[in-house]
Formats: sequence, C-alpha cells, structure tokens
Amino acid sequence: MSASLFIVQLFNGLQLGILLFLVAAGLTLVFGVMDFINLAHGVQYMLGAYLAVTAYGFTGNFFLSVLLALLASLLFGLVLELLVFRHLYGRDHLEQVLATFGIIMLLNQGVKLLWGAAPLNMPIPDLLSGSVPLMEGLRYPVYRFAIIAAGVLVAAGLYLFVTSTRLGMLVRAGATNAAMVSALGVDIKRLFTVVFGFGAMLAGFAGVMVAPILSVEPGMGDQILILAFVVIVIGGIGSIRGAFLAAVLVGVIDTLGRSCMSDLLRSFLPPATARIIGPALASMSIYLLMAVVLAIRPAGLFPAKGRA
Amino acid sequence: MPGARRGIPAAAASGSRTLAFDQRLAAGLFVLLASLPLLSRSMASSYLLLVGERVAIFAIAALSLELLIGAGGLVSFGHAAFLGIGAYAAGIVASHGFGTLSIALPAALAASALFALATGAIAVRTRGVYFIMITLAFAQMAFFIASSLAAYGGDDGLSWPTRTQVLGRPILKDQLTFFYLCLALLIATYLGVGRLIASRFGRVLRGLKDNETRMQAIGFAPYLYRLAAYVIAGSLCGLAGFLLGNQAEFVSPAYMHWQRSGELIIMVLLGGTGTRCGPMLGALAFLLLEETLSRLTEHWKVIVGPALVLMALFASGGIAGAIAAWQRRAAPGSPLALSRLGHHLLGAGRARLHAGRRTGRRLLLRPARSLRRSAQAIRAACEPAKAALDRGLQGLPSLAGRGLKTTVERWRRR
Repeated sequence: MSASLFIVQLFNGLQLGILLFLVAAGLTLVFGVMDFINLAHGVQYMLGAYLAVTAYGFTGNFFLSVLLALLASLLFGLVLELLVFRHLYGRDHLEQVLATFGIIMLLNQGVKLLWGAAPLNMPIPDLLSGSVPLMEGLRYPVYRFAIIAAGVLVAAGLYLFVTSTRLGMLVRAGATNAAMVSALGVDIKRLFTVVFGFGAMLAGFAGVMVAPILSVEPGMGDQILILAFVVIVIGGIGSIRGAFLAAVLVGVIDTLGRSCMSDLLRSFLPPATARIIGPALASMSIYLLMAVVLAIRPAGLFPAKGRA
Repeated sequence: MPGARRGIPAAAASGSRTLAFDQRLAAGLFVLLASLPLLSRSMASSYLLLVGERVAIFAIAALSLELLIGAGGLVSFGHAAFLGIGAYAAGIVASHGFGTLSIALPAALAASALFALATGAIAVRTRGVYFIMITLAFAQMAFFIASSLAAYGGDDGLSWPTRTQVLGRPILKDQLTFFYLCLALLIATYLGVGRLIASRFGRVLRGLKDNETRMQAIGFAPYLYRLAAYVIAGSLCGLAGFLLGNQAEFVSPAYMHWQRSGELIIMVLLGGTGTRCGPMLGALAFLLLEETLSRLTEHWKVIVGPALVLMALFASGGIAGAIAAWQRRAAPGSPLALSRLGHHLLGAGRARLHAGRRTGRRLLLRPARSLRRSAQAIRAACEPAKAALDRGLQGLPSLAGRGLKTTVERWRRR
C-alpha cells in the first residue's frame, strides 16, 4: 500500500472519527448526566440529514439549510424529551431501551413514509467543492476538510463550554453525581432538557454534515448509533474528552482496517486466507478494540463517575 | 429447611398465588398452541402452523433471555448471536453431510455454549450499561464473522441441504412432527427455566441481582454464577437457533442482526420480565403483531413503535403484569375491594396514631413543666388518630366485610 493512499485513508478515518464524536458527544452526556440509554440518538442523526435535504429543497442555499436543519433538530429533540424521555429518567434501563427502540421503529419507518425509501442526495456547495493538493499527485476534497474543521471547531467549543462555563460545570457535576447536584438546589430537570436538546442538535449537525457525501436513506442512523456506543463505552461514559479520543481512535482504526487489513495479513498469511480473514477482521477490529479495553478497564478509558 | 430448597417458586417474593397464576397462564398458552393443528386443518392451510412454530421457537429464545434479564439482571443486547450460531453450527455440519440429530443438535448447543463461555468470560466482568454494550459488540463480531464465511454463503446466507434427520430418516420434514417438537421443547424449556430459577443456583443469581455486595459478604463469588447463567442461556438460545434454521432450512447473518437482539429484548419486556409466561406471551404478541400488521400495511412499524413507547411509559409490567393486575382488579363491593378499603383506613389511622405517639414522646422528653400537661398533650395528639380509626370502623359494618372487621379488631387488640 502506497504512502499517499495511507494518508488519504488516515484523513478519511479522521473525518469519520469527527462525525462519530459529534454523535457520541450528545450520547455520552445524556448517558452520563441522566443515566439514560438513548437508542434513538441514531435516528436523530438521520433526521438531521433528512431535514437538511428538505431545507435545501426549499431554500436552495446550503448554509441557510444547515441552519434551518439545526434549529429543527434542536426543536425535535426538545419535543421528544418533553413527550417521552422526561418520563423515563430514573426508570429501569430496560424501559428506556423499549421506548427508544420504539422511537427508532417509528422514525425509520416514518421517514420512509414521508420521504420514500429511495436514497436522497444533497449537492456540495460551490464554496466547498473541489479538492486541494496535499502533495504531488494527491488531492483531497475540500468538503471533507470542511467536515473535519467544523468538527474540530465544535469539539473545541464543547470543551470550552464544558470546562469553563457555569452550565458546563453543572453538566460535569451532573455526570459525576446527579443526585448531589439536585440536592444543592440546581433545577436538574431543566439541566437535563438543555443537555438533551443540545445532544440532539449535535447528532443532527453530524447528519447535516454527511448529507452531501453519503446517501440519505432510512436506517442510516443505525450503524452510526452502534459505532457511537462503541465510542462512548471505550471512552468512558459521560466523558467528553474520552469520547473525542475514542471517536478518533475508532474512526481511524475502522477506516484503516478496512483498507489495509488484507494487505497487512498478506505479509504473513497465504493470499487466499488473507482475502477471507481480512474483511471479517477489518469489520471486527473496533469491536475487538472495545472488548480489549473493557477487559482491561471495565469502565472505559476515562470514566466520568468517580465511583464507577 | 429441607423442603424449601425445591419448593420456593420462581416468584417467591410475590407469594404462591403468582406462581399458580403464572403456570395457569402458561398452560393456557400451551393448550392454545397445541390446538393450532386442529385449527389449521379446518382452515386447510399450513400458515397457522408456520406461525405457531415461529412463536414456539422465539418463545424459547425469549425464555433464555429472561433467565439473564429477569433472574440475573444481565441485559444482553447480543442474544440474537446465539440464534445465528446455533443455526450456523447445525447448517455447517449438515452441509458436510452430518445432518443427523445426534450430531447437528450437539454441534449447535456446543457452539453456542462455547461462544457464550468465551465472550461471557469478559462480558460478565462488566455491569449495567457496559454489559449491554459489550454483548452488543460480541454479537456484532459474530455477525461480521458470519458475513465473511465465504465458503458457507457469506452475506447471502447458507441453505441447508435438508432438515436435520433423525436416525437417517427425514422425520422432521413432516410439519406436524416438527411443530410438536418445537412445542415440546418450549414446554421443556419453560419447566427447566422455572426449576433453574427456583433452585439454589437461581436464588443466588437473583440475590446477586438484588444486592451483590451482600451476596459477596455471605460468601458467594458472583463471577462464576453469572458466567454459568450466561452459558446456559446462550446454549438454550442456540437450541432455538437450531430449530429456526431447521424451519427455514436456511441461515443467514441477518439472524444475528442487532435489531433481532433488540426484538428479543422487546419480547421479554412486552410480555413482562420477572415472570416465565411473560416472555412467551411477549413472543406470541410480537410475532402476531408483526404478522397481522404487516399484512395490513407495509408501514406496520409506525404502529408498533409508538405502542412500544406507550408501553414503556404506562405499562411497564408487560402483558403478564397487565393480566395479573386485571385479575387482581376488584369489583366494587367485592370482598377484595372491601379489604382494600379497610387497608387504607387502617393505614391512615395507624399513621396518625404513630404521629401522635411521636409527639407525645417528644413532649415527655422535654423537661416536663408538669406531667399532667404532657399527658394532656399526648392525648390531644392521639385524638385525631382515634377519631380516624373510629370513623373507619363505623363505616365498616355498613360495608358488610366480616373478615375485615375481625382484622381490624385483631389489630386493635395488638
């Protein structure tokens, strides 16, 4: 495998990792602060993509439609919180799984009902189309760089928000010990709502960002949901820092694994065997990583809960 | 307690009534299933039997999951992996020409037990959400391994050469035989899981779910118990997978899809965890919903989805819980309703009396200004309680609850 291909794959992995982080950040906060398993987080990502496509159909302006889709995602997250999730905090994890699984079923099918089962597309805006040369004979699309840049900006903003604002402090405190925060007189319900809406918006943002480069279709959130769960479990539930590192790690390992695993195996296995084992091992690699991390550190790399 | 070891029912906490109730419900379900062939013959279609087979098979899978969730508190989000592994093991053996019961069934059981042992050894070390996620991860691994088995169909799945043969004869090809085999195995699983949950092993498991620290303190090592439960549940689900593969004469990675694992959890919850008939009812309800609604509209999930949400919000006991509540539901004027009313009245009276006593005690503990005033205060504090009790008692005779009155009298004498 050539160095240039490796670099391209590295960037692809980074980009996937950034997207995963956007989804996982909301998930890990909801998980950490409210102890709530939100399986429906993946469909919020899907909905973000659909909303962006629809908004683009109305406005014809990429940046305006991103803004509209973000607002709609936020609104939708808040409505979901108000109608369903609010009543499930502090209940058994099983009931949360049941309810959010029901929401997945509803939304996956509902999207099919509203927009049809056929994949939709959204054009890349002129400003971000084209590619930039990385080195001789190696160009990389501007839009993917834009995704990475936007993701890093959001991550930095999130870091500042969590570490140096009052609300961020409450979020961290909530992730460590929600009952104590409540006992100290903080309106924890409102904090939950804010965190939830914010997480939904981040997931929606990830969906909006991928709408131009992936096909927008029902069920697109399921795969990313599982990856996001792997990320937050590796990173340690409730930890933004852990989610970021784990997301990049998972993104890079998954992408590199898919492109290099067969080559790597071929160096010490017969080609036929490598061709069979390679793809399987590549798709398994992140789950293997997760199993190893959990076997060594059962609470993830950076557990947020002191007592965990 | 020599007799107790065996005698403690699955739902010991809620008394023997629940057990009998659970068994009655299960028996009803079995009878219903067993009469399906008659119905299907009168309708001259094998469709009902096919549905019945699926219900029985998924009921076995759901029961095995209930062993983990209900008794062990281990929410496995990768249980469908065992369905696939059981089916794949039997199918692979069959494709090499060993499709007889004496080889295929042990292969299916052993493969799923081995997978459970290997993955459980790591998974069982974790708790709660982490357990959910790590079982999901292992199931995903199994899914991808199966997808890459190019020699055995890969993504497209593996067609079995034929159904498993018994003593060289294709007995299971006969639909009625296969249906009754599924049903018999379901009943055996129901009884077996019940015995297991009621056994010493099951009680340790339930104890670990309730309070791990306390169980450790009295000398039980959680790890091995949980691992054993995981292996048993895994191989039971492997059995279901063996049957599922036999029914379709086909197996594909889709058997292990994570949504299938989610559906198994839903079956358990829909039916009601903590009971044994619940998971079976859940499997029945889920498959029936799927069958009927998917004929009605291809968008049946739009209906089932919100129904699940509503269930999680309002009816967390599941079907079994709802039936039990309906059974316990008391018609106005019935002895049960009266005794409940009495219970409430008694509760109110007792609470006030306690409050009065507390006040009195507080007054006594003060440096008494005068003993008489304290006594007066105590009496005053107790007055509302007495009044409430008397009101309750006056009301009772008119409600004509004789059993109730004696209860109250007994309580008064205390």
